[in-house]
Amino acid sequence: MEPSHSASHPLAIHDLTVAYHRKPVIWDIDLDIPEGKLVGVIGPNGAGKSTLIKACMDLIPRASGEISIYGKPYKKQRSLVGYVPQRESVDWDFPVSAQDVVAMGLYRKVGWFKPVRKKHLDKAREMLSHVGIEHLAERQISQLSGGQQQRVFLARALAQEAKFYMMDEPFAAVDAATERAIVSLLRELKNQGKTCMVVHHDLATVTKYFDWVVLLNMRIVDAGPTELVFTEENLRKTYGGKLSLLDEAAQAMRHGKSHK
Amino acid sequence: MKMFIRVLALVLLVLFVSHPTAVASQVHAELAHGSQLAGGPVRSFELPPWEDVKDVLMLRNYNTKLVVLSTMILGVASGFVGSFLLLRKRSLMGDALSHACLPGIVLLFIIMASAGGSGKSLGGLLLGASLTGIIGVGVVMLISSTSRVKDDAAMGIVLSVFFGIGIAMMTMVQKTPGQSSAGLIDFIYGKAASMVLQDFVLLSGVAVVIAALCLLLMKEFALLCFDQTFGKCIGLPVYLLDVLLMVLVAAVTVVGMQAVGLILIIAYLVTPAATARFWTDNLRVMLLLSALFGAMSGWLGASLSALLPGMPAGAVIVLMAAVLFILSMLFGTSRGILKRVISHRQLKIKVGRQHMLRAVYELIELRYKTSAKLSLPNKPIHYANLLSHRTWSAASLGNLLRRGKREDHIEKFDGMHVSLTESGFGEAARITRNHRLWEIFLITHADIAPSHVDRDADSVEHVLSPEMVRELESALEAKIDTQVIPPSPHEFFVAGKLEGEKEL
Amino acid sequence: MTWMPADTSIVVVGSLCAVACALPGCFMVLRRMSMMGDAISHAVLPGLALGFLLTGSRASLPMFMGAAVMGLLTAYFTQSISKWGKVDRGAAMGITFTTMFALGLLLIVQATDHVDIDPGCVLYGALELTPFNTFGVIEMAGYIIDIPRSAMVLSIVLCMNLGVIILLFKEFKISAYDPELATTLGINAQLMHYLLMAMVAVTTVAAFESVGSIIVIAMLVVPAATAQLLTDNLKIMLVISAVVGVLAAVMGHISAIIVPPMLGFDGTSTSGMIAGSAGLLFMFVWLLAPRYGLLVKLFSSRKIEVPEVGISRDSACPK
Repeated sequence: MEPSHSASHPLAIHDLTVAYHRKPVIWDIDLDIPEGKLVGVIGPNGAGKSTLIKACMDLIPRASGEISIYGKPYKKQRSLVGYVPQRESVDWDFPVSAQDVVAMGLYRKVGWFKPVRKKHLDKAREMLSHVGIEHLAERQISQLSGGQQQRVFLARALAQEAKFYMMDEPFAAVDAATERAIVSLLRELKNQGKTCMVVHHDLATVTKYFDWVVLLNMRIVDAGPTELVFTEENLRKTYGGKLSLLDEAAQAMRHGKSHK
Repeated sequence: MKMFIRVLALVLLVLFVSHPTAVASQVHAELAHGSQLAGGPVRSFELPPWEDVKDVLMLRNYNTKLVVLSTMILGVASGFVGSFLLLRKRSLMGDALSHACLPGIVLLFIIMASAGGSGKSLGGLLLGASLTGIIGVGVVMLISSTSRVKDDAAMGIVLSVFFGIGIAMMTMVQKTPGQSSAGLIDFIYGKAASMVLQDFVLLSGVAVVIAALCLLLMKEFALLCFDQTFGKCIGLPVYLLDVLLMVLVAAVTVVGMQAVGLILIIAYLVTPAATARFWTDNLRVMLLLSALFGAMSGWLGASLSALLPGMPAGAVIVLMAAVLFILSMLFGTSRGILKRVISHRQLKIKVGRQHMLRAVYELIELRYKTSAKLSLPNKPIHYANLLSHRTWSAASLGNLLRRGKREDHIEKFDGMHVSLTESGFGEAARITRNHRLWEIFLITHADIAPSHVDRDADSVEHVLSPEMVRELESALEAKIDTQVIPPSPHEFFVAGKLEGEKEL
Repeated sequence: MTWMPADTSIVVVGSLCAVACALPGCFMVLRRMSMMGDAISHAVLPGLALGFLLTGSRASLPMFMGAAVMGLLTAYFTQSISKWGKVDRGAAMGITFTTMFALGLLLIVQATDHVDIDPGCVLYGALELTPFNTFGVIEMAGYIIDIPRSAMVLSIVLCMNLGVIILLFKEFKISAYDPELATTLGINAQLMHYLLMAMVAVTTVAAFESVGSIIVIAMLVVPAATAQLLTDNLKIMLVISAVVGVLAAVMGHISAIIVPPMLGFDGTSTSGMIAGSAGLLFMFVWLLAPRYGLLVKLFSSRKIEVPEVGISRDSACPK
């Protein structure tokens, strides 16, 4: 499927290669993400999933390729893209509260040199209530559990009021309640017509959560609607070799198929 | 004695002083200067009269008030900048930067002096300092990102090499007669015992600008320090802000040299900020406290140094800051050691009490339980069974029992039997119920194998609030009769038969 | 320039210092503790002052012991503050060594306060900012710092460092590369750590006496980092760092004599020029080292190596 770069695609990637110390991490990526889908990016550890996301947001340099967000380069479309980084990417022992962190998503609206006002904090609290932790708004972030911290990051991305969200392993090491909250949030976003691209590691839940899937192992193995792409054959190509993972994957698919 | 001291002074001078051919003349010159001011024999350490002390502290002493005040204003500025430096985890980089400022300062001095002028223009020196300071930081980044040399070694390299070059340049200026290097040396060593109003206005003005920038850009710097990746995403110019932060550090270095000296300026930057952190978890409060502590150390340090002759101001200020730091580390209300130790101890006591009461209750249950519906009698149990019920030593169990007696939970205990009071029994029942509820919740809702439950329940339940318990109850709904304590979902390990099966 | 006996003594002492510093310096760099070396070289000041105040003489042993203790305390305090105060490690180091340095300054002032030479200028300044270079002091009739004496002190320290490192080479090597492995092998990594700190402290003091503190830091870190870019073998690294240090000492001394007249000045600090020369050597190697140098990396094959991708590969990604 040739990429078309039409302005209706939240994300269109053409010929992307990212290398680190001359060793490629991802190469020859061609990808078009359709609007309004919940997209899961699946692949083994070290396959370059995080790298892909970061490259899309110009956070790491690329060796080649073009990336466009709704037809234009990322730099011009920042306000359209929301980002949820991995939880370990920050030191949570920082003297700010949950609502302070969420308010960071509003800094563009606050403006340079101006202080964060009550109305911004109110908006932040509103976002926190969307993820179910409004009562923790004034708590210092190091006192939050892992799942609560993840929700703070989500609320911050929500505050960006974007059309296209990129999330890096939001389900990693969170409790069941948080996982449910995240899923319901994703579905709500989809209902609002937004697109979410989520790096995901748990094969068992792919069919349940995502209607579009990108299988990545340094290059795109396949990408498309889940029921078409998430096949045993493709998973073998993605994960390689005879791993017990394969059994899990096979089971997941059977489980998924029985739900359709 | 006098002779000894002169020899000592000379020896030290010679140890640390310059190129051989210049030593002789310099030593003589220094001595001459020295002996004019020194006067009599060994100085004894005595505090000046209290009136004088008050005058200096209250900024009434004309000579010292400008110095003290400007040091305080500097303290505010360095408190702000230092907070961000600390939160950015770049304290050592700040150290490298302030050392790397030296060649730039000397260079600009030379240029300005040869262009005609005293060479001491603050703006020019600031420019020079920022220049080589930023270059130094850039070199550190460059080296560590392009080679296998790591960032700590890169900092060490830049620090020592730039500083060494700066010293070499400075000595060149010093050694050359005709160059009025005295201004430069004074500037770097901070020999300002008293200050001219003009200098005061200038230095304080710069400090105020630094502080204002920090306040205006508070949220931007906060985002930079907390999550620069997200910052980049929302369009924050991360590199520019980083450079700006480093420029501010260079600025504090230049302005602070007069008061604290080049070497110790990093202390003035980092210590008040670290001190403030012990008192709050709120960034704005931390900034304010940091400024306050900076001002306090400056005030006390500069005043003391003015009152007691011969005390290098920088050292006294740093020591004041250190004292505040140690006190805060111990007693700080937010992260101080004392507070943590106390709350840890309180938790241990609470946990111990709950374990003991539950253990007694469980033994009663084992011994006397007939059916699920009947409530248990409050009977004594055997001490030996209690001792073997959990892994505690006789000594620690004894402590728990004694405390239990004081808290009116334990009726009596001796080497043979243990019995609970009515209130103790009620408490034990409540605790056991909470524990079981939590275990059941963990099993039904968290897919944890039953054999692991006790552990988790042990640690979490002790921080259960009554609201949480009500929540648990409603979550488990009709599954339990609220009057009855659910049975334990896993077997107790009772080593051997229970002792003393007969009725007590 | 004409080469005088004084020049030889200067270069000899400088070289002894360089080699004595390069040995522990290599381990500091490998263990990513270069800034700790900087911290210790500042923090030994109170030890020096105390040793001096208590014994009233510049006799070596009490000062060295005081310095060693201070070195250990610096490491210990840094760790404690960082752990119990939950303070960022770099900040803990900064607070510790500056406080100790300030303390040392005050103590020194007590010792020499009668001579109202502004201590800021002589000691604190002298230790760091006033150029110092004790070589060739024989010119000073009546006040003799024996060149042989400082050379002797440095030689002793050099031998000590060499001895410790040779004896405990295996242990140091493992602790440097993999402290956890060391512990499982029964080597007390903590002990090695503190032993290294003590070595640095003692070496610092020996060097202070003769060449001052600026170049101690430079000599600890710069030659070792330079050697790191030239070899992967620890023993060779030690040798190369020593050679680089000696080169820097020689170059520094020569340039200290030649350069100032070129620029229209009279003289300069030898130590400063030594530090500068070390930096120059480092830059040279950083650019041109055969395997790890920058230019080599930039110009050799800008291609990205794309491995063959087959469906039946076993490992998911190259490492």
